[in-house]
Amino acid sequence: MTASGRKIGGTLLKVDNISLSFGGVRALNDVSFDIKAHEIRAIIGPNGAGKSSMLNVINGFYHPQQGTITFKDIARTDIGPYDAASRGIARTFQNIALFRGMSTLDNIMTGRLLKMKRNLFWQALYFGPARREEMEHRAVVERIIDFLEIQSIRKVPVGRLPYGLQKRVELGRALAMEPDLLLLDEPMAGMNVEEKEDMCRFILDVNDEFGTTIALIEHDMGVVMDISDRVVVLDYGRKIADGTPDEVRGNQAVIDAYLGVSH
Amino acid sequence: MLYREAGQFKTTYGDDQAVFPIRQDRWGMAIILAIAYVALPWLATDYFITSIMIPFLIYALAAIGLNLLTGYCGQVSLGTGGFMAVGAYAAYNLAIRVPELNLIVIFILAGGAAAMVGVVFGVPSLRIKGFYLAVATLAAQFFLDWAFARIKWFTNYTPSGSVAAPPLDIFGFAINTPDRRYFLILAIVTVMALAAKNLVRGRVGRSWMAIRDMDIAAEIIGIRPLRAKLSAFAVSSFFAGVAGALWAFLHLGAWEPLAFDINRSFLLLFMVIIGGLGSILGCFLGAAFILMVPLALNQIPTALGMPLSTAMISHLEFMIFGAMIVFFLIAEPHGLARLWALAKEKLRLWPFPH
Amino acid sequence: MGFFFEVLFGGFLAGVLYALVALGFVLIFKASGVFNFAQGAMVLFAALSLVRLMEWMPIPIAMLASVAIMIVFALVVERLVLRPLVNQEGIILFMATIGVSYFIDGFGQTVWGSDVYKLDVGLPNEPVIILESLFEGGILVNQFDLVAAVIAGLLVTVLAIFFQKTRIGRALRAVADDHQAAQSVGIPLRDIWVIVWSTSGIVALVAGIVWGSALGVQFSISLVALKALPVLILGGFTSVPGAIVGGLIIGAGEKLAEVYIGPTFGGGIENWFAYMLALLFLLVRPQGLFGERIIERV
Ligand SMILES: Nc1ncnc2c1ncn2[C@@H]1O[C@H](COP(=O)(O)OP(=O)(O)OP(=O)(O)O)[C@@H](O)[C@H]1O
Ligand SMILES: [Mg+2]
Repeated sequence: MTASGRKIGGTLLKVDNISLSFGGVRALNDVSFDIKAHEIRAIIGPNGAGKSSMLNVINGFYHPQQGTITFKDIARTDIGPYDAASRGIARTFQNIALFRGMSTLDNIMTGRLLKMKRNLFWQALYFGPARREEMEHRAVVERIIDFLEIQSIRKVPVGRLPYGLQKRVELGRALAMEPDLLLLDEPMAGMNVEEKEDMCRFILDVNDEFGTTIALIEHDMGVVMDISDRVVVLDYGRKIADGTPDEVRGNQAVIDAYLGVSH
Repeated sequence: MLYREAGQFKTTYGDDQAVFPIRQDRWGMAIILAIAYVALPWLATDYFITSIMIPFLIYALAAIGLNLLTGYCGQVSLGTGGFMAVGAYAAYNLAIRVPELNLIVIFILAGGAAAMVGVVFGVPSLRIKGFYLAVATLAAQFFLDWAFARIKWFTNYTPSGSVAAPPLDIFGFAINTPDRRYFLILAIVTVMALAAKNLVRGRVGRSWMAIRDMDIAAEIIGIRPLRAKLSAFAVSSFFAGVAGALWAFLHLGAWEPLAFDINRSFLLLFMVIIGGLGSILGCFLGAAFILMVPLALNQIPTALGMPLSTAMISHLEFMIFGAMIVFFLIAEPHGLARLWALAKEKLRLWPFPH
Repeated sequence: MGFFFEVLFGGFLAGVLYALVALGFVLIFKASGVFNFAQGAMVLFAALSLVRLMEWMPIPIAMLASVAIMIVFALVVERLVLRPLVNQEGIILFMATIGVSYFIDGFGQTVWGSDVYKLDVGLPNEPVIILESLFEGGILVNQFDLVAAVIAGLLVTVLAIFFQKTRIGRALRAVADDHQAAQSVGIPLRDIWVIVWSTSGIVALVAGIVWGSALGVQFSISLVALKALPVLILGGFTSVPGAIVGGLIIGAGEKLAEVYIGPTFGGGIENWFAYMLALLFLLVRPQGLFGERIIERV
């Protein structure tokens, strides 16, 4: 299951000296690292290390007090979620954040919203260009549904789906955005072995077939070692290691951080 | 075996996303439209048309407006009556100040005026949520109530503050009988209900529902919350505005600001909850229900020989509405529309329930 | 100058009355996260019960009986509305309380009648002149308003002591912070709900006595609650001091606006001024005066 055969490109995203605190809590402390185009980059660390906060900074949901984020060669201190999304950053969430009242199909269709252009008036008519646009995007979404093998739950409200499938739909929604950078926050948490294998396969396939760059938070070390190209390790908001899975595995600081915390 | 989709294969995504993907539903709709457009005007009494069908249709239209905002976009509004008032007074002022305007144009502009006011009062929705917003929409209601009562220009300086619609016509065709008023309203409601249905099954509708279900996630996939919410306020108020103009011109004829007070807003909210949050069909069911309760309270005891006093009827009405709201929120938050869908589900499986 | 202070003072006193109603909202919101739209209807219901019972029995007994009625009401609401809706979103519960509000408005008037009833529990009602030493001519106020202010002050003190000093009070505060933690205090959530709803029923009774003595007990009292909503927005839904300060600001702001800028607008701006004030304020500080700012997580 190694991710080979892809050409890792230049730097897609660079975070420099990011610091973020909530009141007294320092969630991130002077963290810097980069993500190269087409790679799978894992972010690991004990609970509360600041991993999710890092993703939230990257996609503009949290606003760091310090530091810059350079995405596709444009440096910003502070972006909004909308900017991040429209420039090609998509993500999934640690605690599933699907639109519970909508069907699988509609959820994934929302991933296409940024790419749909017809105005209110045409949509009210549902005719001509508006209808055509809807059908085009539906076709894209159907390909994603096939890819993720969720044809049978197309019309089911996602609130009624089991956890593993919800995670899959959430991935589908992110994929529908056709992102350049895909942020996955614990995509395999709470899954059984079989579901984990499926999810790994999807992640590798996305990376392989579409060349999507992926940043992934994961607690399962086996998975991390298997699928990621490089790993960054956070602990108490600081970066304590950065390198290939093998390098990180042997790093004393990492071993200490993990031994110091029980899981 | 009547209600089956077996054998009806959808060959395009278009078919699959149609309003009525199942053939029996299409037939059902055709029959309802035939009754509404042909049978009713032909058979029904004037009383039935003016006292039941006309208010029913207008209520349903206003309820659709509210449902787009509350049921689809998740922003509870207690100001629908105020937005209806904007439509009514905008229509009145247009009609008396620019008499050459076509009636349809007047209704559209009235809706537009309400939409603009709706957007202004929707701005706080960016910062505040849930019942905070609901309270903010009360501000709209009270402010608009006051504006139409106290700013004399709106009522053309009539001493009593009560105003009347001028004689109406469309392309020289006078709208002066119950049947004609009914046809006009029916046509408008048909078109607007279809437009609403189209909106909610497309891009805009999905962005509203995304905001409703989880605004943070919506923002992160690239929906701009302000834009989504304000468009919901605009469209919703447009519907309410047109409904208000119809209510004033074609149902009441002459009215005062009290016709659009806060009780109207609550009644509309009740229709939406009882009919079904997030359902266009539900708006019609809810409107029918809310209209039927006072009628039933009036007619049934009288028929049984023990008529109730007006005060009693109004108190019982309050109790029944209140109890129904609580009941539906507990038992079936998706209202009558959901019950109807469940019934169809049963029918689809009948007589083999597995 | 004296006139300005007279208006201001009158506004503060009206504000105390709003605060009295707002207090009932805050109690319930703090302990159960429910925005109880029915608070106003409860004020009417309590006042109606009292005024009609007073026709049959001496005042103290009628008051006790009204308290009992409000407790029964709390029990019924907990059983029939809150329990089935536990864990629902706040907005659903809010809409349910609109239903409750309609129901008891109808129920109260069916049972107790719907005329205007004069309520006289012996509160003084004479105009007096105060602060003569400070202003020329002093300030003209109604004794009644002063008594109302004292009652509100007493009620707030009693509630504060209740929250700070008693075991139940502490449990209530725990619930407000964290439902899980509350379980560990050892009082079932349901009991807590019944207690807060009863308490705010009693607060409603007090508000009903004050408002009812001023206006007569009639349907419009139910709408007084609508006046308390801007107070809540201003003060924050969870803060008892917020309800008081918010009430004073709204009361004073409203009266001053009516007197000084009302005439240019044709009068009657009292009906919405408070709302606009609260709304503008919200745009600046969405959490209210005393609320805490929360950063949402994902
Ligand atoms: N919105 C917020 N408000 C206050 N504190 C926050 C917020 N978000 C995160 N924190 C704090 O920041 C720190 C880092 O949290 P974060 O969620 O990033 O950790 P994590 O590495 O993702 O942990 P986990 O493995 O448990 O998901 C924690 O102490 C957390 O309590
Ligand atoms: Mg995390």
